Amino acid sequence: MKVLVPVKRVVDYNVKIRVKADRSGVDIANVKMSMNPFDEIACEQAIRLKEAGVATEIIAVSAGEPKAQETLRTALAMGADRAILIESTDELQPLAVAKLLAAIVKKEDPQLVLMGKQAIDDDSNQTGQMLAALLGWPQATFVSRLTVADGQAEAGREVDEGIQTIAVKLPAVLTVDLRLNEPRYASLPNIMKAKKKPLDVVKPADLGVDVAPRLQYVQVEEPSARKAGVKVGSVQELVQKLKTEAGVL
Amino acid sequence: MSVLVVAELDGGAVAKASLAAITAAGQLGGDVDLLVMGSGVDGSAAGKVAGVRKVLVADAAHLAHPSAEDAAALLVQLAPAYDHLVAASTSFGKNVMPRAAALLDIAQVSDVIEVLGPDRFKRFIYAGNALATVVSTDAKRVLTIRPTAFAPAAAEGGSASVEPVDLPAPSDLSSFVGQEVSQSERPELTSARVVVSGGRGMGSGENFKLLDELADVLGAAVGASRAAVDAGFVPNDFQVGQTGKIVAPDLYVAVGISGAIQHLAGMKDSKVIVAINKDEEAPMFQVADYGLVGDLFKLIPELTQELKRAKSS
Ligand SMILES: Cc1cc2nc3c(=O)[nH]c(=O)nc-3n(C[C@H](O)[C@H](O)[C@H](O)COP(=O)(O)OP(=O)(O)OC[C@H]3O[C@@H](n4cnc5c(N)ncnc54)[C@H](O)[C@@H]3O)c2cc1C
Ligand SMILES: Nc1ncnc2c1ncn2[C@@H]1O[C@H](COP(=O)(O)O)[C@@H](O)[C@H]1O
Repeated sequence: MKVLVPVKRVVDYNVKIRVKADRSGVDIANVKMSMNPFDEIACEQAIRLKEAGVATEIIAVSAGEPKAQETLRTALAMGADRAILIESTDELQPLAVAKLLAAIVKKEDPQLVLMGKQAIDDDSNQTGQMLAALLGWPQATFVSRLTVADGQAEAGREVDEGIQTIAVKLPAVLTVDLRLNEPRYASLPNIMKAKKKPLDVVKPADLGVDVAPRLQYVQVEEPSARKAGVKVGSVQELVQKLKTEAGVL
Repeated sequence: MSVLVVAELDGGAVAKASLAAITAAGQLGGDVDLLVMGSGVDGSAAGKVAGVRKVLVADAAHLAHPSAEDAAALLVQLAPAYDHLVAASTSFGKNVMPRAAALLDIAQVSDVIEVLGPDRFKRFIYAGNALATVVSTDAKRVLTIRPTAFAPAAAEGGSASVEPVDLPAPSDLSSFVGQEVSQSERPELTSARVVVSGGRGMGSGENFKLLDELADVLGAAVGASRAAVDAGFVPNDFQVGQTGKIVAPDLYVAVGISGAIQHLAGMKDSKVIVAINKDEEAPMFQVADYGLVGDLFKLIPELTQELKRAKSS
């Protein structure tokens, strides 16, 4: 069984981003970029499925700038077998990415797409659901427990009320949540080996997909900061202040 | 113009998050209709919500725990009559709405915190560190709404018409297996007036009892950081943050939580924030209105006692 793992190159989760003074966007020049943390978890899960003999081949896919090759190399170093870069310097929004991924799925015919539930830059939480829709496949989102066997996946989903378990027929799209696994670090030998693994480059036009953004991010501003508070010296003082000053008790 | 809001029910009544989505829908301009779905549901409670024109009821056995496939297919069927499809950004809304949007070839706007016009919205990006104004260029719009950013619509006062809808054929692609629901006597985390959250500093699940006692005095819900959930101290549905629940109570008490941006993203719109941490450099103190530096194992029981005293005096 082939597994496709879409991975996005995003600003590292430890970076405190800055909004540009002209409010045109976020300043990401010279900041550390990494694989979206949820996609690392998806990649790890695919590798575990391969180690368990369930998956046979893992294909990592990224849509974005040429530098997204670095992210794909990370996926290859973790254990993906080959990679595809859908190269574009245009802004790619979730619906466009879903269409690009759907085109790759049609070519590669995987049984499972394992991806992140959310990209930590746009925080959209859409692409997996959209991909499943475009393919007419079932979806299991926010997955934190997974078994794949007998042509179906049983997934524990982190929902607002607790954990919901559903079974989806394969082929299916799964989006993963934080507690599914702890992703491995790539070892140095594997990083070296990854350099020789195949990485194909295609363009959105090759896939026949119009990626023009439908949403215009017309302005990006700094959120209003909270006023600096005070340190209190004791529990008594805290309760006093909450009562009289803040009026929340 | 008209708006369809997917309203979730909570024990028969419209869920608070959906009431907030109804308020947002009202700001889009046009009539507001509701869709309720489930097994054995009726539209009576939804019909009483102020400002609603019509309630569409999708009642069928296979909708007891609606799959994304069935819910999205239903929305696609209803979409021609509407300019906007709206839901709260709950786990249900997040699961279903993008699927419907893609089927309609619409780019969804997620987690809207402000409606500036029928096609113009504000939403956070980068874990709440930037606030974007987004214009949708599609002919119809699909939105999810951050419930804490809108006051809930009044649950009473309306008199909407209620009618059943025809259902598309059920999908057999996915099936419900079971649900583990965390039981609690406490208020629900996302709508509680007071939230007490614990982090890695709590040290164990056992120690969360200290927070339970504090929460009891305050009538609060209990939340947690990701680190506390990952460590198994508390269940996943306690997680507050960028990728957990978004809360904005009148009072948020963060105990043994350092204040990573991913956690702040879920609670920094709280009215008053209290931080209790033994590390005076903890970033949580930068957003806290009141900071108390010290050992939580000493301070929390003291605080619980002091609050009891303050209450009875
Ligand atoms: C993709 C991604 C998504 C994430 N999403 C979320 C999210 O939604 N929510 C979330 O919370 N995090 C999230 N995180 C994790 C986040 O980055 C932090 O790791 C996490 O919030 C830290 O939790 P913590 O503050 O409890 O733990 P720590 O950072 O370890 O802090 C523990 C604190 O407890 C204090 N302490 C210890 N002992 C005591 C004591 N006896 N008395 C008083 N204070 C004490 C310490 O001084 C310290 O400040 C996410 C991370 C990633 C990568
Ligand atoms: N440009 C991209 N390239 C590859 N995968 C992507 C891209 N954008 C989003 N994804 C995938 O979709 C998931 C959800 O992203 P989003 O809908 O933007 O929050 C991510 O975790 C990735 O797995």
